[in-house]
Amino acid sequence: MNPDEQLYDEQVVRPYVISRGRTEARANLDLISLAVAIRQPTGLEVGLDPEHLAIVRLCRRPLSVAEIAAALDLPAGTVRVLLGDLLDSGFVAVQDPQPEVDVLDERMYRAVLDGLRAL
Amino acid sequence: MASVPSDKVRMPTPVKLLIAGGFGVGKTTMVGAVSEIKPLRTEEVLTDRSVGVDDLSGVERKTTTTVAMDFGRISVGDDYVLYLFGTPGQERFWFVWDELAKGALGAVVLADTRRLSDCFPSVDYFERRGTPFVVAVNCFEGAPVYDLAEVKMALSLPPDIPVLLCDARRRASGKEVLITLVQHAYSRRPVAKV
Repeated sequence: MNPDEQLYDEQVVRPYVISRGRTEARANLDLISLAVAIRQPTGLEVGLDPEHLAIVRLCRRPLSVAEIAAALDLPAGTVRVLLGDLLDSGFVAVQDPQPEVDVLDERMYRAVLDGLRAL
Repeated sequence: MASVPSDKVRMPTPVKLLIAGGFGVGKTTMVGAVSEIKPLRTEEVLTDRSVGVDDLSGVERKTTTTVAMDFGRISVGDDYVLYLFGTPGQERFWFVWDELAKGALGAVVLADTRRLSDCFPSVDYFERRGTPFVVAVNCFEGAPVYDLAEVKMALSLPPDIPVLLCDARRRASGKEVLITLVQHAYSRRPVAKV
């Protein structure tokens, strides 16, 4: 058993409990798909769990599936299921479920190179 | 904000780069050196898709494995955000590699001259997939110093693949490697048909 699996076992609530037994997300979201909150919950909604609310809070600015998973210490698969719920209920928007850069776009290369040079 | 329709929310385009190489070669170190955030860790749960067919015979329950990946972020202007992913070291996680490599702009293959063969699977993988990549030789203290041409020969790389020395702990060095990679990806881009 590797150390990561041990860490995983220390979680009190299992990821599949949080996703209510669902393992297949409706939306097949890439790890770098960006989600953003488009509506703030009032707190009176039925069917939103603390994890849903935490995601909406985190996504005040666009955040990737990978970042949300790391911030909430949940597997990416669980976050995909929860994001699917939030997409359905209109709390978040996802820009592109399977983002792929336009490899022909010179502007993209320039922007990335400029950004890296400024590091 | 709440009333802003989804199509009006300004979203940057995510760009993915991979840091690959053998176990303990410095992938996480390099991600951490260049990332603007503390390197984060995410987990993917692998199901039977990644497990050999015979392994599941007679097993009713799905076998799952958790694989952890380190990643970092670099904001590049308002329009793009760069994500760096360290690929899982073990080759039994090819399924995760496929997901990571999909849509990636390019990859850095980190090499250690003491265990050069550890990076062969990564080189093979990106060559087969057609993902642009560069080889960065992480200079560990006490490791034999080879001429870059020798490393290139040992890896039997095509002449156009950049090979460079780096120190995965230093931001300036990681930055140089990533710039070389993006320039290489640019030079390899398919030519648009007008």
